[in-house]
Amino acid sequence: MAVMNNVEAVRATLYDALKNDDRTLILGEDVGARGNVFLITKDFVNEFGPERVIDTPIAEASIVGIAVGMAMEGLRPIAEIQFADFIYPAFNQIVGEAAKTRYRSNGEYTCPLVIRTPYGGGVRGALSHSVSIEALFYHVPGLKIVAPAFPADVKGLLNASIDDPDPVLFLEHKKTYRLIKGEVPDGHYTIPLGKANVLKEGSALTVVSYGLYVHWALEAAQKLQEEGLSVEVIDLRSIRPMDKATILESVRKTRKLLIVHEDNKFGGIGAEISAMVAEEALFDLDAPIRRLCAPDVPAMGYALPLEEEYMSSPAEMADAMREMVRF
Amino acid sequence: MATKSSASAKHVPAFERHGLSDEQLVSMLRTMLMQRTLESRGFQLNRQGKIPFASASEGHEAVQAGAAMAFHRGSDILVPYYRDLGLDLGIGLSADEVLLSLFARAGDLSGGRQFPHHYASRELGLHSISSVIAAQLPHAAGAAYAIKLRKQTGRAVLVTFGDGATSEGEWHESLNFAAIHALPIVFLCENNEWAISTPLSKQMAQPDVHKRAAGYGMPGVAVDGMNPVACYKAVADAMERARSGGGPTLVEAKCYRFLSHTTDDDDRTYRSREEVDERRKNDPVPAFERLLIENGVLTADAVAELKREILTETNEATDRAEAMPYPLPRDLYSKVYADTYEPWR
Repeated sequence: MAVMNNVEAVRATLYDALKNDDRTLILGEDVGARGNVFLITKDFVNEFGPERVIDTPIAEASIVGIAVGMAMEGLRPIAEIQFADFIYPAFNQIVGEAAKTRYRSNGEYTCPLVIRTPYGGGVRGALSHSVSIEALFYHVPGLKIVAPAFPADVKGLLNASIDDPDPVLFLEHKKTYRLIKGEVPDGHYTIPLGKANVLKEGSALTVVSYGLYVHWALEAAQKLQEEGLSVEVIDLRSIRPMDKATILESVRKTRKLLIVHEDNKFGGIGAEISAMVAEEALFDLDAPIRRLCAPDVPAMGYALPLEEEYMSSPAEMADAMREMVRF
Repeated sequence: MATKSSASAKHVPAFERHGLSDEQLVSMLRTMLMQRTLESRGFQLNRQGKIPFASASEGHEAVQAGAAMAFHRGSDILVPYYRDLGLDLGIGLSADEVLLSLFARAGDLSGGRQFPHHYASRELGLHSISSVIAAQLPHAAGAAYAIKLRKQTGRAVLVTFGDGATSEGEWHESLNFAAIHALPIVFLCENNEWAISTPLSKQMAQPDVHKRAAGYGMPGVAVDGMNPVACYKAVADAMERARSGGGPTLVEAKCYRFLSHTTDDDDRTYRSREEVDERRKNDPVPAFERLLIENGVLTADAVAELKREILTETNEATDRAEAMPYPLPRDLYSKVYADTYEPWR
């Protein structure tokens, strides 16, 4: 058991993958000599060689598209999009190609591919280094989407993603990279994709979140605990497939649901969760479902007030939780 | 099938067979005739209301039969586009598989999911494609990278596309990446001068696709796409170079699309009959028939017999496919992921 931050957990997991499976390789912008802009792959190129740690041209569509071709031929590529904001040119390769390879070929070809990318704000990243992209992709059957919050989950879910026979979009919240530390078990282990984690049990309200906001929601829930209010916090970990059972079980117990996410509200992950709960458990609810999400604007700004206005906070989450518990 | 006039005889080039045996030449003719017959069958079935859609590659028979002959079955990988029926047939796809696809039956290679001519078969080395133009090019580069990484000398990837595809960013990205890594891959452009209704002049200011190869640091070759033997030679040389570690090549076969883009298109709305009629004079299928007859590879009778055989094969495959069942509604739900997955309903 070692204490790591999220960057170290990603790095350690990728290292083991390259070390233990010669089908794996990493391709992306500046992953070689520079060792990735967050130093996740630092020195990998020296140990595994430029053939398996590939500095690609700045061409996101083909970073993913080339990885799709590699995967179809039995390699286990781990493609990196330097920042999630740069993933848009690769949209067709992810949605139209990777996610449909198995389906359209009736299983003849598959696409065991991991696309890693740092996302999220609160780091003064402005319009093009702060976005959340999950909602743009979670509509797509054939794709899996993972967004871990804790180092131990990073390792277990990244291992599962690399082992997975289908394409996985692996989202790493960049603000948690060095902020969040935790114990990480030694050796190879996996955490199944599609399994949420009940981080804190509670009886008066269910809060569902993922990524950075899991930490803030947990902080807020612990504050409420001190006030005598019992809030259950669920870390989704996987956005697709989504752990419907865990959410429903919790909501049927607490009878109230708050969803918090950094992405904007309209068409976000919370929309699907609330629709699902409304369809399946409406009469178990004692309060309207509430979503605490970013406002419906294109992005957070570079200026601090514009970033802070976009982002939520543990205090804002605590307020929303109090209101819901008291409803 | 004898040559009718000295004028047309004058256009018959000196017969350079580039090492192809009689058997190989006949096999190429067979592929070309089969392609034309099956495609015509697709259009007929569509006009009869029996199938929803068919697409056309008439005019591409020579380049496809030639390229297919340069392909090593069992080791090379083909990443085609949707106008490659002849190429697919040439590397081993059967008439039955084509008809099952046209009829969208359960036994189709994609289980009735894909449009016609989007075949995928690991056994044939035939990659799965979508209809998105140029999206298959990065896959081809990735497959070539896998070959190189595993040091599988003697294998190469053949990727094909039309002239329209060369406008896409992924086209550029793939050639660039392949050249950087000296990948074992051949980029074959089937330049038919039309992208649905958009002529070459609106696709590019400089009409010679192969000249762009210089910009990537790879050889570029132009070949008469109406001459199957020349196409074989150009693609075979490029594939051999790729297989032996010599890196990528861009081959441009200049051909022509004789029919509308698909059964849903009407080319009379954007190009003149005069243009099409003029280009029809250069139809590669009768020209190759004549060439083989004039050079004693086949008799006129043998060609007629071959055509009868292909028609019979096509008719029988049509009847067999039509009699086959559709996929079941429940088949919609399978193969979304590898594991058992219950789609939300």
